[in-house]
Amino acid sequence: MSRNPNAAAAIDPAADEVVRFDDVSMRYGRGPEILSDLNFSLAPGSFHFITGPSGAGKSSLLKLIYLAARPSKGLIHLFGHDVSRLTAKTRPHLRRRIGVVFQDLLLLEHLSAFDNAAIPLRIAGAKPADYRNDVAELLSWVGLGNRMHAMPATLAGGEKQRLAIARAVVNRPEILLADEPTANVDHEMALRIFRLFVELNRLGTTVVIATHDQDLVARSSRPVLHLEGGRLTPRGPLGPGGA
Amino acid sequence: MSQLFDPARWRPAPFLPEAEARDGALIFVVAVLCFLACLTALGVLAADRAARGWSGQLVGEATVIVRARGGETPDAAAARATEVLAGVAGVAEARALEPEKAYDLIRPWLGDVADLEDLPVPRLVAVTLDDEQPASGAALDRALKAQGLDAVVDDHSVWIDDIRRAAGVVRWAGAGVFLLIAGAAAAVVAFATRAGLAARKDVVEVLHLSGAEDAFIARLFQLRFARIAGLAGLLGAAGAAAVGALARLAGGGEGLTPALPIAWNDLLAVLPCPVLAALVAAVAARLTASALIREME
Repeated sequence: MSRNPNAAAAIDPAADEVVRFDDVSMRYGRGPEILSDLNFSLAPGSFHFITGPSGAGKSSLLKLIYLAARPSKGLIHLFGHDVSRLTAKTRPHLRRRIGVVFQDLLLLEHLSAFDNAAIPLRIAGAKPADYRNDVAELLSWVGLGNRMHAMPATLAGGEKQRLAIARAVVNRPEILLADEPTANVDHEMALRIFRLFVELNRLGTTVVIATHDQDLVARSSRPVLHLEGGRLTPRGPLGPGGA
Repeated sequence: MSQLFDPARWRPAPFLPEAEARDGALIFVVAVLCFLACLTALGVLAADRAARGWSGQLVGEATVIVRARGGETPDAAAARATEVLAGVAGVAEARALEPEKAYDLIRPWLGDVADLEDLPVPRLVAVTLDDEQPASGAALDRALKAQGLDAVVDDHSVWIDDIRRAAGVVRWAGAGVFLLIAGAAAAVVAFATRAGLAARKDVVEVLHLSGAEDAFIARLFQLRFARIAGLAGLLGAAGAAAVGALARLAGGGEGLTPALPIAWNDLLAVLPCPVLAALVAAVAARLTASALIREME
């Protein structure tokens, strides 16, 4: 993908698009437009950063993708489905194909790390006997093998972050969205978390990370969608080739 | 057993915490409403029984006022009327009341008259009607007229209508109060659900964004509030049954007073209360939760 938003859709016309935005704008209630005239698409298995200053609309853009908000204008296609035509029945099933690491993590404090990680599987109807080993294995993979029965309040910042990632990927989503996943962790932990995302991407998951962390973006040489004032701009913070 | 292999640790915890601090207050309020609803139901049953008893007594009896005609003495006229009435089909018993009964009735109007016995005071005949096929007032009147007796038959029909109307009013009023209390309970549960959803917005949001269907989330709140209301209903019903039992014990065979004769099997009326409370709460919680989840979309 190029950082040029108009060129984004043309990266690989032959490939299926997991996400496609056509002239999408968004506002909250009757407020000003948070996002304006967005045009881009994401290919399956791709890895993108969304960058931009605070208030540029990064979280709002992710919300549009994970169906927590609706556009005020334009068309969004997810996995080929026009989201404006989704019904109350089909919307949840599409959400299950998307994993989200929320900015504020949204871990449920009354559930153990294991139960938090298993939420998407339980929602999908899996039985404990069927997912017990998978969840335990996943938690071990993110380095929480010995903290499975700990409550979130007792976990350190990096552990919470990794638990949120484990929950986001436990049901093998096709898209993984992460909103500032390294905001509250030290540099070392940020790199560990980033490596997790790279690993998931290698397994075929489309990864989209909204971040302020320019160092992370610069190190990765992944495509960047740069937002300024709610618009995708061709001028990102990185030099040519940075996206 | 090692904690790691303790099966309880691997059993999935419920999405909603099992108990919350505000549950106690909600249980108390719903229990009070259920208690009042059950007392209303017991009151309606007792009032209905009282009304049936009164109207049953009135239907089973008639009073005949007999006046002496020609040279016949009042006592002779009363005796003849008693004999005539006893022969009418549908009459179980006819009995001339003592003249003192009639004197007592007119004394308030005439004062303390010394020679009241000399006045042509009408006599009263009490008629007990057959339970299965009671004689009508008109039949009694015809029989008396046929024997040339000057008599007026009072079959209590005016009073019976009044009592039946009063019993109907009590029944409808009781049903109205019962529905009002049930509505109040539903409103309390709806408010509690709304507050519960607001307090557990994190759970709703995580489940919602993890792909849970609206009905799945609504069902969590529905089950939770149904359980709370069921428990509250049980407490309220037990309290009302205890009060009803005390009223029954305090009043001997006919209950607390003849006006409110509670029977032991009336207490069974509180049995559906926990189930009804749980149902009302479940519906209220389901509707409220569904509406709130739709607002999140």
